[in-house]
Amino acid sequence: MADKIAVSRRSFIVGSGVMGAGLTIGLIPACSPAAEEAPPAEAAAAPMPDLPEVNAWVHIAPDDVVTVRVVRSEMGQGTLTGLAQLVAEELDADWDTVTTEWPTPGESVARDRVWGSFATGGSRGIRDSQQYVREGGAAARAMLIEAAANQWGVAPSDCTTDKGVITGPGGEVLRYGEVAEAAGQLAPPAEVTLKDPSRWNIIGQPKMRLDTADKVTGKQMYGADIQLDGMLTASIKQAPVRGAGIASFDADVVTGMPGVKQVVQVGDNAVAVVADTWWQANTALEALPIEWTDSEHADLSTEWINTFVEEGLTADEAFVGNMAGDVEAALEGSAQVLEATYNYPFQNHAPMEPMNATALWTEEKCEVWCPTQNGEAALAAASEAAGLPIEQCEVYKMLLGGGFGRRGAPDYVTQAVQIAMQMPGTPVKLLWSREEDQQHGFYHPVTMARLRGGLDEEGNLTGLHLRISGQSILAALMPNALTDGADFAAFQGLLPSGLDPRVEDQVISYGFPNLLIDHAMRNPPVRPGFWRGVNVNQNTIYMECFLDEMAHAAERDPLEFRLALMENHPKNAAVLQAVADRSGWGNDDGKSRGLATLYAFGSYVAACAEVTVSEDGRLTIDRIVAATDPGNAVNPQQIEAQVEGSFVYGLSALLHGEITFENGEVQERNFDTYPSLRIAEMPEVETIVMPSGGFWGGVGEPTIAVAAPAVLNAIFAATGKRVRQLPIKDQNLRAA
Amino acid sequence: MATLKINGEVRDVDVDDTTPLLWVVRDQLGLTGTKYGCGVAQCGACTVHVDGVPVRSCVYPLAAVSEESEVTTIEGLSEDGSHPVQQAWTELDIPQCGYCQPGMIMAVAGLLNEMPDATDADIDQQITNICRCGTLARVRKGIHLAKTKA
Repeated sequence: MADKIAVSRRSFIVGSGVMGAGLTIGLIPACSPAAEEAPPAEAAAAPMPDLPEVNAWVHIAPDDVVTVRVVRSEMGQGTLTGLAQLVAEELDADWDTVTTEWPTPGESVARDRVWGSFATGGSRGIRDSQQYVREGGAAARAMLIEAAANQWGVAPSDCTTDKGVITGPGGEVLRYGEVAEAAGQLAPPAEVTLKDPSRWNIIGQPKMRLDTADKVTGKQMYGADIQLDGMLTASIKQAPVRGAGIASFDADVVTGMPGVKQVVQVGDNAVAVVADTWWQANTALEALPIEWTDSEHADLSTEWINTFVEEGLTADEAFVGNMAGDVEAALEGSAQVLEATYNYPFQNHAPMEPMNATALWTEEKCEVWCPTQNGEAALAAASEAAGLPIEQCEVYKMLLGGGFGRRGAPDYVTQAVQIAMQMPGTPVKLLWSREEDQQHGFYHPVTMARLRGGLDEEGNLTGLHLRISGQSILAALMPNALTDGADFAAFQGLLPSGLDPRVEDQVISYGFPNLLIDHAMRNPPVRPGFWRGVNVNQNTIYMECFLDEMAHAAERDPLEFRLALMENHPKNAAVLQAVADRSGWGNDDGKSRGLATLYAFGSYVAACAEVTVSEDGRLTIDRIVAATDPGNAVNPQQIEAQVEGSFVYGLSALLHGEITFENGEVQERNFDTYPSLRIAEMPEVETIVMPSGGFWGGVGEPTIAVAAPAVLNAIFAATGKRVRQLPIKDQNLRAA
Repeated sequence: MATLKINGEVRDVDVDDTTPLLWVVRDQLGLTGTKYGCGVAQCGACTVHVDGVPVRSCVYPLAAVSEESEVTTIEGLSEDGSHPVQQAWTELDIPQCGYCQPGMIMAVAGLLNEMPDATDADIDQQITNICRCGTLARVRKGIHLAKTKA
């Protein structure tokens, strides 16, 4: 035991390198869409509209239409509208005149990254860019005022603005559209002062999304919908066994089939058929004889993976993520010690729009149209695959049909370029089948946890050891972000405060007298990735379900038991109390309720679930009350939408989701075996948005993590039975 | 060569009649509002109406559509987004990424054709479309709102 601690402590102390992890926690590469209104091909290929640019963030046309530039991707999470609100607020724009456009990654390169990062993940779209986009809006406003003041011959400080109109000291007025061109000629102000939050009238308002109209008429173009002149379409098959490659394929068998134009190898492990239409391409692909090479992972199975991960639960060595006091001594001196083991299986992202990218390659230029959560990563991937300098490449981002972290990886961009290079001058759209999407994901990592907790005679928690065993995302995708081999992202939501400013958005919600949280890294040969919520999905189940177990063992109220550990966590306590109050926690009304809380992605969240379990053991989730304190709430109605949506994603995983392996192959290849929550299973959701001000927290991900443990704790309240094996699937919740 | 009555027009399509209606609509006719999501009638992103009845077009071969049948896609549901379901969807800001919503809207429009007073139990039974962003709570509210606009 002493050895274990020593190893762990060393890792921990060196852990200021959490920097790396901090930057990458939840770094879900994402992308932004290219063309919203015009057909994407023309819109994307056209140069930026020739509007008078006030600065990089704002164009204002003579007719006063304000165009805000957004580079973070829109995949449904509402960032497009939220970022426009931030700019429009400081601009003092008339919200009714605001529209948006998407600069391309290539333009960003040409302008020295004037718009900052394109990466969209980790619930960072708003919180990481709010400062500079608001400053961009404020600078544009200052320049518009100066242009008007110059025209009038008055001091800028004597002018005011409101809803796109500048008023001078004598009551004279000019509209933004009248001075935008002159403003664009001026030097930007050396510094700007942002509005006090008390003066906000666009930020904090439940504005309607700017991108809804075309989504209800079918006009909205996604990457999968793109049509270019002379375009062909490809369907791809990648080696189904992990680690296998192409040995041979017999193209002659399918070249005569309707519409088929070419059969091409893609990289070393995939084949694509290119045809006039996708149906023709996919039909031929299914008929194509392919021989695969042998793989060392041909025997890989879920049974093997589980055994491999389980070994880490009691392994001697582990990386320490959080430690206080002396857990072993505390457990030894406890009146009661509890122990439990939980698991969280692989999950696939399964966005509704399968992976796709369209590429056009010549010896001089490579262009790609694609949905991506990270336009810059997509551009880099295109450049590398095309063998062309980045200046000769361009990526036109399409609106995403879902992302959830999957579209941060540009594997499908690389493939599209590899195919297009074999047909120079012909645009080729690569669209994966759902079966490919299921089999070649970047899966939510597999983990298990062993928890041990002590209670004293009075039912007070004496110490807690949470051992996580399982896969590291960073080890697979960003090894440079490891700290002496440790993955601090594995401790999301469980880290100590004060470690590093960049992981202060992921710290633990409780103060424990004696604590050890450590991670035995066990990396099976399966590609992991950042999946909405990332590691808080399992970490919150482990922590919140086990605390619930301890509260019941101590014969204490689970709310009171938690609050007693939150003396130094008042904002966490506030959201927890809020859901308890709203849900009727403690009422003697026959309802079965469960709680969970978390601080992650910079926001404080909590949930109280109400469930019914029938006599024959079937579960109905009746209601979930959720609370979120994101500091500043930019758009409350979109926050509500994110909370509701995160519950669908998190509960789909809890109830149904599991990616398993047999003979090296993924078994769940479509929604029939990888079900997603249907409306009949959807609980009523009540969302409390309670911004306490003074900070900017993310909202796309944190609440996902409290849905599952709140439901599991409510199941215990209903049945007296703990479910620790996930997903629930068809487990009889009343069986012994 | 087959003839298809779609969105009030008669169109000729030159395609193998085993081709699913989804791909005829998308690739032959360029009506890309109807989406591919799973190809096995699970997710409903491909929902269109045949004679007013919602069908999952990804498994509905062209051969199954008679020359007299009327096919309606999201593009033909209304000229300007004014169908009661589209109005409700706009009013409640329902779409997130929006990819599944044409299919969702067509499924709901079909439900309300048959059951203008659809109850929550009817909704649970009839609306089985998948939405990974998770708009389901608002979809339910939207269906009830659309009932008041018909």
